[in-house]
Amino acid sequence: MAVAIRRAELEAVALDEAEYRAIVRLIGRDPSDVELGMFGALWSEHCGYKTSKPLLRQLPTEGPGVLQGPGENAGAVDIGEGLAVVFKIESHNHPSAIEPYEGAATGVGGILRDVFAMGARPIAILDSLRFGPLERNRNRHLFMGVVAGIGGYGNCFGCPTVGGEVYFDEGYSDNPIVNAMCVGLVRHDRLRRARADRAGDVLFLVGADTGRDGIHGATFASVELDDRSHTRRPAVQVGNPFLEKLLCEACLQLNELEEVTAIQDLGAAGLTSAACELAHRGHRGLDIDVARVSRRERGMNPYEVMLSESQERMLVLVRPGGEDAVRRIFDHFELHADAIGTVTSGDRVRVREGEAVVADLPLAALIDGVPLRSPAARPADVSLPSLVPALEQAETVLLDLLSSPNLRSRRPIYRTYDHQVQDNTVIGPGSDAALLRVPGTNRGLALTTDGNSRYVALDPYVGTQAAVAEAARNLVCTGARPLAVTNCLNFGNPQRPHVFWQLQESVRGLADACRALDLPIVSGNVSLYNETNGRNIPPTPVIGMVGLLDDLGERCQAGFQEDGDLVFLLGETRDEMGGSAYLQQAGVELGGPPPRVDLAAERRLQSAILNCTRNGVLRSAHDVADGGLVIALAESALLGSRGLRCPAIVGAVSAVALYFSESQARAVISVTPRRVPELQAIMGHHGILLQALGVVGGDAFQVGPDIRLPLDVLRQAWETAF
Amino acid sequence: MVFPGTWSDRDCAHAVADVLGQPARFIDHRARRLDDVDLVILPGGFSYGDHLRCGAIARFAPVMEAIIDFADRGGLVLGICNGFQVLQEARMLPGALLKNASCQFRCEWVNLRVEQTDGAFTTECRPAQVLRIPISHGEGNFYADPQTLAALEAGGQVVFRYCMPDGRVVEDANPNGSLGNIAGIMNRRGNVLGMMPHPERACETLLGGTDGLTIFQSAVRALQRVAA
Repeated sequence: MAVAIRRAELEAVALDEAEYRAIVRLIGRDPSDVELGMFGALWSEHCGYKTSKPLLRQLPTEGPGVLQGPGENAGAVDIGEGLAVVFKIESHNHPSAIEPYEGAATGVGGILRDVFAMGARPIAILDSLRFGPLERNRNRHLFMGVVAGIGGYGNCFGCPTVGGEVYFDEGYSDNPIVNAMCVGLVRHDRLRRARADRAGDVLFLVGADTGRDGIHGATFASVELDDRSHTRRPAVQVGNPFLEKLLCEACLQLNELEEVTAIQDLGAAGLTSAACELAHRGHRGLDIDVARVSRRERGMNPYEVMLSESQERMLVLVRPGGEDAVRRIFDHFELHADAIGTVTSGDRVRVREGEAVVADLPLAALIDGVPLRSPAARPADVSLPSLVPALEQAETVLLDLLSSPNLRSRRPIYRTYDHQVQDNTVIGPGSDAALLRVPGTNRGLALTTDGNSRYVALDPYVGTQAAVAEAARNLVCTGARPLAVTNCLNFGNPQRPHVFWQLQESVRGLADACRALDLPIVSGNVSLYNETNGRNIPPTPVIGMVGLLDDLGERCQAGFQEDGDLVFLLGETRDEMGGSAYLQQAGVELGGPPPRVDLAAERRLQSAILNCTRNGVLRSAHDVADGGLVIALAESALLGSRGLRCPAIVGAVSAVALYFSESQARAVISVTPRRVPELQAIMGHHGILLQALGVVGGDAFQVGPDIRLPLDVLRQAWETAF
Repeated sequence: MVFPGTWSDRDCAHAVADVLGQPARFIDHRARRLDDVDLVILPGGFSYGDHLRCGAIARFAPVMEAIIDFADRGGLVLGICNGFQVLQEARMLPGALLKNASCQFRCEWVNLRVEQTDGAFTTECRPAQVLRIPISHGEGNFYADPQTLAALEAGGQVVFRYCMPDGRVVEDANPNGSLGNIAGIMNRRGNVLGMMPHPERACETLLGGTDGLTIFQSAVRALQRVAA
């Protein structure tokens, strides 16, 4: 069959003619309709990583505590006492742009399944979100829908949403970023890998029935959006968190059965992707009969069954003889468990509908055969530093910044999320990082997501390093030692040379920063083609990071704790206004270099803070990030509901930079006066600049001669509604 | 009690067993008998996905007959959040819980004034004591028709009201629009309590406070008195 004849079909699965010819070469004939659909799904950017795979090879993925790196449903790291933390972050940008509630909800649902497929009980959700300015109704609609969808799913499921971030920028108008991270816990001996390693094992499809929703979802997520995208609404799945809760409990019980050999989530590309990956990882083949799949509606053909992205489904592999035990568990939860196939000794996936074979393909071609793309890359033009307006009326600037959408309190959002269920939340949303108790132990897990896309837009290499450094600093400020990283790379259309260059530079920055800080990357996701009507989003790598606190008694808060405590700045302030919130607020165009990232200095700072927290020296610690020093001080005052007196902040930089520069590797801490000698000794030992700023106390926030505001006024600005 | 979709079951068991050291076990929604139980807790969650109406399907669960019978014989029953909604749907407590006035889910710490110390669940509280306990719900807006409300008030069945930290019961302290700032009510006999806030989330200093423990301790004390 000629390629030209199938052009419409190729467009439906977003493959190009060269890829079609590659398929024909690999399988030695023209593919059937079902086969073409399967190739389309698995060779999509979303599943096949055909553009990003060569870049991702440079990421460090190994470390002493890593139990499972990338390539499984989620990564896993040892946290002692025989336990492992399992986590991953994933994007749901395209669906959320079309149907924000269900797009975000199923994003949460998908990442929860990735974690309980590993045998782990999900204990926390975090979300990293970006939208266009809320003045535009469309953006507001997307924002409200996404927040409601995250809450709607997580609250009903019963997993606390403990953290995340949200930023607003014109660059995300009509193309929001919705990344969801899930963290779970499992005993080492119960950690699951999803691989079919023995012929004869029985393949069960469990959970929800299969419907026509979400067909071509993976394909849809791999092309740019345009004015016709709303017609793709059928490609967006609909979530059922109640069913997912039952499925989770059932899978956690399954995980205790010796007869169960693998559990695999059905996500993008549904049964096709899940089954093929399961078999290919174990170097086995698979025989599937789609006639045995429970359906939501009549008349579905094999193509639809294989490509449906109906939610709340899992594949389970069972040793022969274990079928009844599996069925008993699913009967208890009143869920379907259909035996739909068997593992074979070959290396092919065969799909039948009853006796009729509708697809018979070599797995290697489907999974690894995708021709990799290496688009042209062109560095962005170097932008000139912007002129920095002089600081006038510091109080007004401070209040404007504190009330700005990017810096104001996130309470109106997170109070719509259950952040306490499961009784482990020690520090909830609104701080540097969330801190959760590891049940049954005195250990804590600190969790955060970070990514300042203004820095990345100015310099993707440095900006991505800054995201890694800031995430680690956030964890350290709670007293936790950073353990490992998950990441979600959200970029525009990689066929555009400047976008591909952004991606290249960003991955290089990610790799270098993680190496310098000894942080393995154990899972991740890439979301490309975030382009709407020809406009690309700002490059947005999001870093999810997990840290461990050996003793929860050593935890540290971000807010000031006690009147009379002394406040210090750790680290050096430089004249670094590029990408700052100050300039954004002043309406100055983004330009110049972002703040420098010195990973050696970052490492020293973090060691110094951990040295302090382990010895109980600190009363509070808060990372200096967006908005700079004065914003960090205001946040510590607001979080602790205590005033501050800083007679003068001195330094060798301009007045603006003293207050609002966003120099990296800095933190604001407070200590009780008698611990100051220890603080000085520790900072001296680590070579960290220590600058006394002021004293905690009173009802006012005073900094230098020009800021003196009642705490209530500060709070009013900070708690501006969205 | 574990209905499909219940999720505070493990938190309640943690509070009762790990924190208070009392034996606890999970009861399946299909159970027909309760056997050796002294206190039944209907925990929070989204039983049956909150389909139709919160608690509307759970009331038909086979176990409900046994629970009603247990309460009729004086057994202690505590409904928390979704459990409160189930008790209302099962007509074990009056009134209804509507969508929050804000139309949004709310998860935050609130203050509760103890209005009644005669029931089984507040004997360890002082009258007008203020308890700090979190809420987490989208449908906690207590409503009852004027007659029912008057009867609840007259009968001393209102157990908790949302209040300010100093105990003032004012509109600003009301997180969901509940009539009379009502956060929890009991039956006439005082052995069945329904409340929207989650006491099981306020049982450890590490997690922000221990005021919720008082409610479980009161129940334990009430049972000990009966036994003695």
